[in-house]
Amino acid sequence: MNWISIGTISDIPRRGARCVATPQGKIAVFRTADDEVFAIEDHCPHKGGPLSQGIVHGAAVTCPLHNWVISLETGKALGADEGAVRTIPVKREGERLFIALEALASRAA
Amino acid sequence: MTEKLVIIGNGMAPGRMLEHLLEQAPGRYAVTIFNAEPRVNYDRIMLSPVLSGEKAYEEIIIHGDGWYIKHGITLYKGHKIVAIDRQAKTVTSDHGVTEPYDKLVIATGSVPFIIPVPGHNLPGVLTYRDLDDVRAMMLAAQSRAKAVVIGGGLLGLEAAAGLNSQGMDVTVLHVMPTLMERQLDPAAGYLLQRAVEQRGIKVITKANTQAITGNGKVEQVELADGTIIPATLVVMAVGIRPNAALAKDAGIAVNRGIVVDAGMRSNDPDIFALGECAEVGGTVYGLVAPLYEMARVAAHQLAGDETAAFVHMDTPTKLKVTGIDLFSLGDFADGDDRQEIVLRDGSAGVYKRLVLRDDRIIGTVLYGETADGAWFNDLKKKQTDISQMRDTLIFGQSYQGGAPLDPMAAVAALPDDAEICGCNGVCKGKITGAITGKGLTSLDDVRAHTKASASCGSCTGLVEKLMVLTLGDTYNPAAVQPMCSCTTFGHDEVRRLIKAKHLKTIPAVMQELEWKTSCGCAKCRPALNYYLVCDWPDEYADDYQSRFINERVHANIQKDGTYSVVPRMWGGVTNAAELRAIADVVDKFEIPMVKVTGGQRIDMLGIRKEDLPAVWADLGQAGFVSGHAYAKGLRTVKTCVGSDWCRFGTQDSTGLGIRIEKFMWGSWTPAKVKMAVSGCPRNCAEATCKDVGVICVDSGYEIHFAGAAGLDIKGTEVLGLVRTEDEALQHIVALTQMYREQGRYLERIYKWAKRIGIAEVKRQIMDDGEKRQAYYERFVFSQKFAQVDPWSERVSGKDKHEFRPMASVGFAQAAE
Ligand SMILES: Cc1cc2nc3c(=O)[nH]c(=O)nc-3n(C[C@H](O)[C@H](O)[C@H](O)COP(=O)(O)OP(=O)(O)OC[C@H]3O[C@@H](n4cnc5c(N)ncnc54)[C@H](O)[C@@H]3O)c2cc1C
Ligand code: SF4
Ligand code: SF4
Repeated sequence: MNWISIGTISDIPRRGARCVATPQGKIAVFRTADDEVFAIEDHCPHKGGPLSQGIVHGAAVTCPLHNWVISLETGKALGADEGAVRTIPVKREGERLFIALEALASRAA
Repeated sequence: MTEKLVIIGNGMAPGRMLEHLLEQAPGRYAVTIFNAEPRVNYDRIMLSPVLSGEKAYEEIIIHGDGWYIKHGITLYKGHKIVAIDRQAKTVTSDHGVTEPYDKLVIATGSVPFIIPVPGHNLPGVLTYRDLDDVRAMMLAAQSRAKAVVIGGGLLGLEAAAGLNSQGMDVTVLHVMPTLMERQLDPAAGYLLQRAVEQRGIKVITKANTQAITGNGKVEQVELADGTIIPATLVVMAVGIRPNAALAKDAGIAVNRGIVVDAGMRSNDPDIFALGECAEVGGTVYGLVAPLYEMARVAAHQLAGDETAAFVHMDTPTKLKVTGIDLFSLGDFADGDDRQEIVLRDGSAGVYKRLVLRDDRIIGTVLYGETADGAWFNDLKKKQTDISQMRDTLIFGQSYQGGAPLDPMAAVAALPDDAEICGCNGVCKGKITGAITGKGLTSLDDVRAHTKASASCGSCTGLVEKLMVLTLGDTYNPAAVQPMCSCTTFGHDEVRRLIKAKHLKTIPAVMQELEWKTSCGCAKCRPALNYYLVCDWPDEYADDYQSRFINERVHANIQKDGTYSVVPRMWGGVTNAAELRAIADVVDKFEIPMVKVTGGQRIDMLGIRKEDLPAVWADLGQAGFVSGHAYAKGLRTVKTCVGSDWCRFGTQDSTGLGIRIEKFMWGSWTPAKVKMAVSGCPRNCAEATCKDVGVICVDSGYEIHFAGAAGLDIKGTEVLGLVRTEDEALQHIVALTQMYREQGRYLERIYKWAKRIGIAEVKRQIMDDGEKRQAYYERFVFSQKFAQVDPWSERVSGKDKHEFRPMASVGFAQAAE
């Protein structure tokens, strides 16, 4: 896998998210209250809302547009809603964060 | 022939290694140690009891001078190695001693991190690492003056507790929102903070140290927010860095620490590294348990056993402060494949959380009661399947059946003088006393005799719980709709308990009210944040991560993810300069849509998030501030032109509207608040369908409230008529404050008024002058903290991270 450095964990507020811009669209990188880091496409499976702007609770985010709750780990909608968003491999080495670009390239291809 | 083994550093790791080595291969090596500290090997982790006075230095020595003599080991005390010559295989100390080696062990430990703020090198600024630091601190403590400890982790808190027991007035500054955030989740961090504060140690979280100042020595510490803390001693305990410079200079591979393989060998086969300076498997360690394991492995390797290998281990963290029990182990992050078991006992100050995956424990946080830590650690290490004992697991090893937790524990634990009914000032003891003393059996009885819950009714749930507690099952309360699935309490109960128990942070609420999840959900977090902002305006630090995006970035998100921006136009009045500024902004940022809103102002739609600060900067130049068009707070005050222009106008409706808006902007409310002032009963400003409206008449001002013109349509109710503009303002402010204090989050004024009764609102605002004045004063107080223009704050750099992508990747490749 091709790991690309995107910054450090302290760039992201706890229970918050930041975006990474890529040619294929934005990726939302989340940091939970417990410093777990997840990356998913910044695009709610419901109506495309920017998930990076939602409220983060546990390992889930609530979409700011219509309150769908998306699991950060699986990308799947939780509760009664159905749908899923792509997850992106993310890795933490010490303070530094990396995402895997190979997955991106394969999507573009 | 004996080989020459040279060790650099005489800390806990090499000390343990030598013990193993002497056992495994006695006489194989002639050992020489160089130690920069002028002393033998002592138990560094026991420095805190030395600092607090519970132990003497002599009691924490591991190897005394006699030990070195007995084993024929040469120890150079106070010799710092300054160079390693790998060609010649020698080391040289700062005193000029050069020693040849066959095998070299580097065990230089860590160096404390020093924040490079101005003044960090003033006399009186110390770190916390060795006996010299402890002695310097004890000397400083003799003055009994003020100390500041920077860093709320393990070391910082131990230093603070030690200095506190030496009689110093101690303040801990911690940059994160909760203490020991690396080891504890926010709930346990909150409990810890409470316990630390109970010892008289002050704790300031989210504290950003900006400078240490003083004339030739430390006199005070300055924070980024302007706070100044006087101090004669500053201890920096903000973290450590592996001490690997010496190895690096010698050309040995160094990453974060000295890179070694599982056999503790560096890339030079004759040089080993162990302890905090070593990095094995990509990790550096800072607790002795893994360091001791490194010591065992290195000793085996040196004794010729090349199979010995280090395997990663999680080590529990404990805080060595007498009277504070905490235990943290492993991975306690949330995750979909994980379940958590949480046990909170608010009254006993106990919090336990187990994180499970596939029926196995992977993480544990215990606070207040840590006796089962070892047992959980054991279950985790052995990967025991716990599905059989899942229901009782959290109660610990000795748990055998027993009563389930009392859901009303939080209410039961309230002291007798805790206020239950805020409107009528009735405390718990008075209610329970009346129930037993007068034999009351119904809610109406209690209302009649004590007045509790007889006014706004927001404490009804609590009163009913008190009745259950006093009367037992004979009393059957009406069910309260819980706030969300994280709790059994309803909104009103949570609001009352926040006040009664003086809960001032979200983790505090969740802990004391025994929340069922570790960090809430998107329903309760914004609600709690509002309640705390409203109830503790001066003390509560607004938690932006618990606000919806619009309030977090101070603009309105649109369906395509862009934002709209609405500047304030006081009372709907504008002028040529403002309009020109808006036109320029629209051109400059190519804003696709400009729209006049129903609230008499101008909306610019379709702005990219990254552009928001620049848009605000330009608008700010023209004098605009945020219109809070996104806020659960005061939005607009619509006006008509009134007596200044209109032939029917009776009063200066425009002027009053502007005055109200200038007085009340920036305030947060349970739901949005829209107001209007019309200059006569023709009502051109449509004041009679607003949350609060004013109809001006010849004899004064008729105040209206509780209208709606959205999903529901409802004409307003009349609050009453007042004579002067000043009175109108005071009544409107008091009414809004009453709603702020009693409304449920997202409950508009008309719903709130219906719930508690129009008559009750009138009684408190129109008839009860004292109440009205008190509401008014509380609003004015809270505005001191609320009236800060969020746009200009962000133009000057606040929350920068919100408006910029973290990184851009892959574009170069795409361009090829
Ligand atoms: C106050 C305090 C409390 C702690 N509490 C705990 C606890 O509760 N639990 C826990 O597990 N851990 C605790 N620790 C951490 C633990 O003490 C360390 O992890 C451990 O001591 C590290 O051992 P070490 O041998 O790697 O390094 P150290 O013990 O730091 O020894 C390194 C030695 O090398 C010397 N040295 C450095 N450079 C040179 C040089 N160039 N030449 C010669 N000598 C040099 C230094 O002077 C020092 O004496 C605590 C630490 C402190 C400071
Ligand atoms: S409400 Fe009355 S005073 Fe105001 S503009 Fe209309 S007619 Fe004139
Ligand atoms: S009325 Fe409906 S569509 Fe129009 S702005 Fe309001 S919410 Fe959006």
